[in-house]
Amino acid sequence: MKSGIRWGLVIFITPVLVWLTVLILLPQVDMFIMSIRAENELGEMGFSLANFKLFFLEPIYWRTFARTAIFSILVTFLTFLITMPIAFYITKVVSPKFQGFLSVLILMPFWVSELVRVYGWMILLRESGVINHFLIKFGLLNKPIEMLYNDATMITGLVYTSMLFMLVPLLSVLESLDNSLIEAAYDLGGSVWSIAVRIVIPHCLPGIVSGSIVVFMLTLGNYLTPNLMGGKNGLWFTEQIYNQFIASFNWNQGSAFGFLLLILSSAIIWLGLKLTKQRLGKVVQ
Amino acid sequence: MQTDLSVVNVIKKFQDFTAVDSVSFDVEKGRFFSILGPSGCGKTTLLRMISGFFEPTGGTIEIKGKNMAGIPPNKRPVNLIFQNLALFPMMNVGQNIAFGLERQNEKRSVIKRKTGKMLERVGLPGFENKKVDQLSGGQKQRVAIARSLILDPTVLLLDEPLGALDLKLREQMKIELKTLQTQVGTTFVYITHDQSEALVMSDHVAVMNEGKFEQVDTPRNLYAKPLTPFVARFVGENNQWSAKITGIEDTQDERVAMIKTPEGNVFKTIFRENLNTGDDIDLFLRPESLLLEPDPSIETLNRFNIIVKSILFDGANSRILALLPESDREIQISLPQTRQFDHIQPGDKIESGWSPESGITFPREKVVP
Ligand SMILES: Nc1ncnc2c1ncn2[C@@H]1O[C@H](COP(=O)(O)OP(=O)(O)OP(=O)(O)O)[C@@H](O)[C@H]1O
Ligand SMILES: [Mg+2]
Repeated sequence: MKSGIRWGLVIFITPVLVWLTVLILLPQVDMFIMSIRAENELGEMGFSLANFKLFFLEPIYWRTFARTAIFSILVTFLTFLITMPIAFYITKVVSPKFQGFLSVLILMPFWVSELVRVYGWMILLRESGVINHFLIKFGLLNKPIEMLYNDATMITGLVYTSMLFMLVPLLSVLESLDNSLIEAAYDLGGSVWSIAVRIVIPHCLPGIVSGSIVVFMLTLGNYLTPNLMGGKNGLWFTEQIYNQFIASFNWNQGSAFGFLLLILSSAIIWLGLKLTKQRLGKVVQ
Repeated sequence: MQTDLSVVNVIKKFQDFTAVDSVSFDVEKGRFFSILGPSGCGKTTLLRMISGFFEPTGGTIEIKGKNMAGIPPNKRPVNLIFQNLALFPMMNVGQNIAFGLERQNEKRSVIKRKTGKMLERVGLPGFENKKVDQLSGGQKQRVAIARSLILDPTVLLLDEPLGALDLKLREQMKIELKTLQTQVGTTFVYITHDQSEALVMSDHVAVMNEGKFEQVDTPRNLYAKPLTPFVARFVGENNQWSAKITGIEDTQDERVAMIKTPEGNVFKTIFRENLNTGDDIDLFLRPESLLLEPDPSIETLNRFNIIVKSILFDGANSRILALLPESDREIQISLPQTRQFDHIQPGDKIESGWSPESGITFPREKVVP
C-alpha cells in the first residue's frame, strides 16, 4: 500500500518535472551560459561578462530597463485601482442575477487575441480614427490630433490588457468577504474610505497580491502593446531583447538582457511580497 | 421617563411581500426591550430599519425624539450587534474595539484608555492583542458588545447574539448580559426566537408573528395573560384543548363559562373575551396549572381522569405525558420533584385538576384552508 502511494506520486509528478526541466530550466540554463559568453578581441567565444557590462555602460539599455520596471509597477497599480471598484460592484452591489452576466461581459474582449484588441484601440485612437472623427464632427476639435504613440496611450492599452487577470482573483477574494463585516464597520461609524482601507483591502490582500504578480509579470514581458501603441522614443525592454535576438542577431547579448529581466521581475515580486507581508505559497493558492 | 426609541406604524415591503407590517412601540431610556418571534417573522428586518440599513416603506422611527429618516447607519446614535457578531478578523481585539472611536478621531491615548476599560468591563482585561480567532464563543460575544458599547450608543440593538452559543454558555451569558445592561444603563433592544432569553432579561417583550406585533407586555403578563392564541402557544408551554361553551355565569368581578370538551369533560373557566353560549373556543392550560391527584376537599377545581402514558424526566422541568381515557388527546402535566408523586407509573389511571382561574380561552381560530 505504501509503495503504491509512492508510485502514484511518481506518476503524477514526472510530467510536471519533465515539463519544468525541458521548457523552463533547460532554456534558462542555456540562456545563462550564452549570456556569460562573448567574443574576445581575437573573435573567439569565451567566458566574459561583457554582455552585462554593456548593459550598465550604455544608458539607453538601463534607462529602458528602469522605465519598463517603473511603468510596469504603475500599470499594475492603475489596473488595481480601476479593477477593485468593478470587482466590488460585481460581488457586493449588483443583485446575484446579474453577477454572472457582468463577469462574462468583462471576459468577452478576451476571447479575441491581444493583437486584435490592440488594433481595436488603434482604430479608435489614430489620427483618422473614430474618436477624432466624432470630436471634429461635434466641433470640439478643428484638426485631428494624434492620440497614439505616447506613454499615456500605451499605459491605457496595457491596463486594459491586464484587467482580467486582476479581476478574477479579486472577484474570488471579495466573494469570500462577509457582507456583515462591511455593515458592521459602517454601523460603527466607518466612512467609505475607512471601510475600504481597514476592512476590504486587508481582507482582499492575498487576491490583490496574486493579481498584481500576474499583471506585473505579464506587463513586464509584454511585447505587442508597447510596440504597437507606445511612442518611438519610449522603448520597452522586451523590444531591446527582441532587437538583440532578431535584429542584431546577438544571441549572447539578448540572453544577458533576458536574464536581467528575470532577475528584475523576481526582485520586484519578492519586494512586493515582503512589503505586504504575504507568502508566495499562500498567494498563489 | 425619556423615550429613547419610538417606532410608529413602520412597514417594510420587499416587492409585494410585507416583512414588517405596521409595527409601533416605544422604548424608555435604560430599558431592556425584547422582540420575540419565530424565524422569518421579520425581526432582523425591523432591526435593520432602526439601525439604518433598510429604509422603511412607511412609518417613522425616532431616536431621542429625532426623526431618523434618511440618516445613514454611520450617523445614527444606535449600534447593532450582528447575528453572526461580525468581528473583524483582520484586526486584533483591541483594534476591533477601537474601530469606532478611531472613526470619531479620538486621541490615541484616550482610545487606548477607553479600550482597556471597556475590556475590563466585559470581563476580558488585557485581551487587546489577542486575535479574534483565538477567542471562545462567549469571549467573541463580549468583544462584539464592547465594540459597540464603547461608542456609548443611545440604543444598542442585538440580533440574536446568543444564537451560536451552546446551552450552558447561553444560560450564563443571559445573566451576564442583563447585569451588564443594568450597569451601563444603555437602552437595549434585543431580538430572539428563544422565549426564555426574552423572558429572563427583558423589562418588556414584544411578541412578533408574520411581521406584526401580537402583544407588547411585561414577561409576567405575557405568560399569565396572553392576548392571542399565538402568544399562548409561543410563550411557554401550553396544552391546547378545543371546547364548546354551554353556559355563562356572570358574577360581580368575573365571567365564568361552562364548557364541554369533545371528550365529554365539563369544566368551568373564567374568560376575558367576548364569548357567548354556543361558541367554539380554544382552551389553553399550562402544564404547571394542572395539578396531580388534587386534594378532594378543594371544591372549585375542575377534575378529570387521565392515563399516564410516559414520564419525561427533566429535573425541575419534569413532565407527565398523559392521555384522556378512551381518547388520543395528549396532555402534558408538570411533575413536581417533591417525591410526593414518585409512585406514579406509566399506565396508572389518576386524577388531575385545574382551577377555573388558570384557564386561558380564545374564540376558536378559523382554520385557514
Ligand atoms: N432583502 C430582502 N429581500 C426580500 N425578502 C427579504 C429580504 N430580507 C428579508 N426578507 C424576507 O423577510 C422575512 C423576514 O426576514 P427576517 O430576516 O427579518 O427574519 P427574522 O425574523 O430575523 O428571522 P431569523 O430568526 O431566522 O433571523 C423573511 O421571509 C425573508 O425571506
Ligand atoms: Mg434574523
